[in-house]
Amino acid sequence: MKGNVIKYEIDNIDTDVIIPGQYLKVHDYAELATHAMEGLDPHFHSKVKSGDFVLAGKNFGCGSSREHAPIALSCSGVKAVLALSFARIFYRNSVDGAFLLPIEIEEHAYKSISEGDELDIDISANQIRNNTKNQTYKMKPFSEIIGKIIAAGGLFKYKPEQD
Amino acid sequence: MNIVEKILARASGKASLAPDDVVFADVDKIMVHDVSGPGVLKVFDKLKKQGIPVDKLWDPAKVWVAEDHFVPSAEKVSAENIVKLSNFTKKYGIEKHFKYGMGQYGICHTLSHEEAMVIPGDVYVGGDSHTNTTGALGAFACGLGHTDIAYVLLNGRIWFKVPETDYFKLNGRLPEHVMAKDLILKIIGDIGTDGGNYRAMQFGGTGIDEMSVEGRLTLCNMTTEAGAKNGIVEADQKTVDYLASRGATNARIFKGDDDATYANVFEYEASEVEPLVAKPFSPQNVTVVREAPSVELDKSYIGSCTGAKYEDLEAAAKVLKGRQVRIRTEILPASISIYKRAMENGLLSVFLNSGATVGPPTCGACCGAHMGVLAKDEICISTTNRNFPGRMGHVESQTYLSSSMVAAASAVTGKITDPRDLQ
Repeated sequence: MKGNVIKYEIDNIDTDVIIPGQYLKVHDYAELATHAMEGLDPHFHSKVKSGDFVLAGKNFGCGSSREHAPIALSCSGVKAVLALSFARIFYRNSVDGAFLLPIEIEEHAYKSISEGDELDIDISANQIRNNTKNQTYKMKPFSEIIGKIIAAGGLFKYKPEQD
Repeated sequence: MNIVEKILARASGKASLAPDDVVFADVDKIMVHDVSGPGVLKVFDKLKKQGIPVDKLWDPAKVWVAEDHFVPSAEKVSAENIVKLSNFTKKYGIEKHFKYGMGQYGICHTLSHEEAMVIPGDVYVGGDSHTNTTGALGAFACGLGHTDIAYVLLNGRIWFKVPETDYFKLNGRLPEHVMAKDLILKIIGDIGTDGGNYRAMQFGGTGIDEMSVEGRLTLCNMTTEAGAKNGIVEADQKTVDYLASRGATNARIFKGDDDATYANVFEYEASEVEPLVAKPFSPQNVTVVREAPSVELDKSYIGSCTGAKYEDLEAAAKVLKGRQVRIRTEILPASISIYKRAMENGLLSVFLNSGATVGPPTCGACCGAHMGVLAKDEICISTTNRNFPGRMGHVESQTYLSSSMVAAASAVTGKITDPRDLQ
């Protein structure tokens, strides 16, 4: 999975800035995408490209249970969010709805990766390759259940009885 | 096992569980509202296209529905969502639908206890992050997104990783002028907005024994702001009596074993807790009211699942009685039954005589959606639960979070005010 980075060197990026509350009534995915990250970066929609990754600090996605948050990012083209840590509902919504991959990274990778860097993420090897900087980082492996749901393509395609 | 492990073990048919075990738990009750309901319908559309049947819910009797976020409808998208919700309950045979303008309705997390939608020992999930609130009744209560809620509606169960439990022990009774809201702000200030991430936060000790059920609900409500999977208080006679008064008598009471394990134990002396506020732009940005910045407030907001239960209004009325507000003050009881009780007991007169406006139950202004959003640069003191940028309106507005008593005292002076300092 290859893409470029949009970096926000900020902790606690919350769902109110990822998709402000006034858009909770909107359930059209394409329209939600146009408001992604609006509370933090009004230019996000014009700069994001399909396949991009968002990089941020700890506790990404804290706040509300709104699935609008991973939907807005995913429908903007974001394939993965890389962060030091994630808030639980955002994490689970991203995986169960198969919207994007929430990838936990280490402090060293967070500091090293810059806006615009091209990354190649290999989740089977738990490895992130920075093609721009010629560096390699480890990602935190997914827990067993999360790995299985991702492999299945979301919660509805995951069959626990086959385990 | 502790109470969280016991409830999840019961619901997943396991003899015992420990943190990090992954289970599929049977769900006892599930709630959707006018944001998550239409969101779930979108998921259903997607599933239908994939050939997954969505014609029947697993058990419509275990599903209940609230209209709270976008009522009264400010424009047509919201109005259409309410119609979608009505069509949804009709199509799937869901009887418990609390409709705006038809008797009892209100914020889902208030109805969950007032209407005894949830009882002790339940696994309760809701399409809203503050579902944690209802863990105060001794249930496992957890917020989920649309896909997970759709999954439960169709399958009756959902996966959980058994959380580690942190135990918050309150010694002694909270002083007068200090509310449960102050305690939970103090805790979030101490552990941070990710201090409870993926974890259960349990409250106990003599101070919790003495605390009302409504106070416990406030504590569990804001475990969400610490990132917790759930908040919980073991049910006691108060819980049983409260639910009996709301018509429910079939509680399943779980208590932790004597050798139950907790990841961390935090102790608080009730006598040391003071009135607090969380400054913009985070619930963890906590300071004592007497050291809060001297800002000119534009508005005081007493509303939401967090801060407009009956006792919250009663505390605000004590402060506002015989006084006048100096700033825009909006008081929105969290449900119609609270509204009615406030009317019968004279609270509404106190509010209106003080100059405040009383509005209908809604989540509107709390989430910056409608019914009183903030303009650029406006500063609000609010009994709600979040103060992230743009939470209550313009991204350059500011919200201070407080108890209803502090919000009322601040309404009187126009500055952030400790109720003990009012003349």
